[in-house]
Amino acid sequence: MSTRAQTLLWMAQRVSAAVLALCVVVHLATMIYAVRGGLTAVEILARTRGSIAWLLFYMLFVLATVVHLPIGLRAVLGEWLGWRSPSRDAALLLFAAVLAWIGMRAVLGVFL
Amino acid sequence: MNLIQVHVWRGGAKGAFQSFEVPRHASQTVLDVVTHIQRTLDATLAYRYACRVGMCGSCAMTVNGVARWTCRTHVDKVVKNDQIEIAPLRNLPVIRDLVTDMREFFDKWARAKGSFESDRTRQDDFAVLPPEDENRKQVDAAIECIGCGVCYSACDVVAWNPDYLGPAALNRAWTLVKDERDTAGVARLRAIAGDAGCHACHTHLSCTERCPKQLSPTASIAGLKRAVALAALRGEL
Repeated sequence: MSTRAQTLLWMAQRVSAAVLALCVVVHLATMIYAVRGGLTAVEILARTRGSIAWLLFYMLFVLATVVHLPIGLRAVLGEWLGWRSPSRDAALLLFAAVLAWIGMRAVLGVFL
Repeated sequence: MNLIQVHVWRGGAKGAFQSFEVPRHASQTVLDVVTHIQRTLDATLAYRYACRVGMCGSCAMTVNGVARWTCRTHVDKVVKNDQIEIAPLRNLPVIRDLVTDMREFFDKWARAKGSFESDRTRQDDFAVLPPEDENRKQVDAAIECIGCGVCYSACDVVAWNPDYLGPAALNRAWTLVKDERDTAGVARLRAIAGDAGCHACHTHLSCTERCPKQLSPTASIAGLKRAVALAALRGEL
């Protein structure tokens, strides 16, 4: 991987971290608000089903996670396991795809 | 006479600590202790020093598990229960006893393009860099590195990622990036970016905590990250 690509990965991780910080705050605040009267699936679905705003918010959340997590894991694998070959990036790309798939599936699950 | 027990690393990568009893004196430095052992107790002890006054950067060792410049480290500051453990610097190959091979450390300075590049000749007039110039202030804050290797030894990222250029080489590169006379420009940024460069730094701050000159390689590395990011956004990288 080129130095430029490595730099762009680092920048993507910084930007996604900023997005995640915002998303996590909103998510936690929503959770604290939502459990006040007891937590039920009906209540959650009433809030999210058909809501474009929540759909966009959680899609952004998932996207930021898909970007952030594999890049961080890339450093962990390199430093702790010494895995620095191109196979690491291929494996992480697959990991990102799996994250995106299960994340988007969950988002659509509470929207549709 | 007041004595201290000094446990000194003997051997290479494999070896063991050997204990010596050394008389304690007022204002005694750790380098004084090692010199006493070599001159009066065991002449085969290998260690390295030159100036003895904190300028040359050659006497750094691991004292009680912490990388320090031994010539300016008083025994009073580090002794515990009248005992001191002295080992070679971490993250560098041990040649013998307390002497490490510094080649990789300095090769990384070269890899980080740590030498000044200029298109000026002796016919050109002096470049004027006023002390209040912002770039010069940043250079001044990082320039006093003596190349002792303490930061490199203290850095966990160096231990985990042997290709990582390390705090000293990156700090040197930063002083050149901010030097308005230097012409290496983007070529230097390319040399210090990426997995083996400034982006590998986790901002643990061990280098900044341990630097005997109170420099902050961490701040220099953060500056390099900003400079590289700007270059990448401009499409120059």
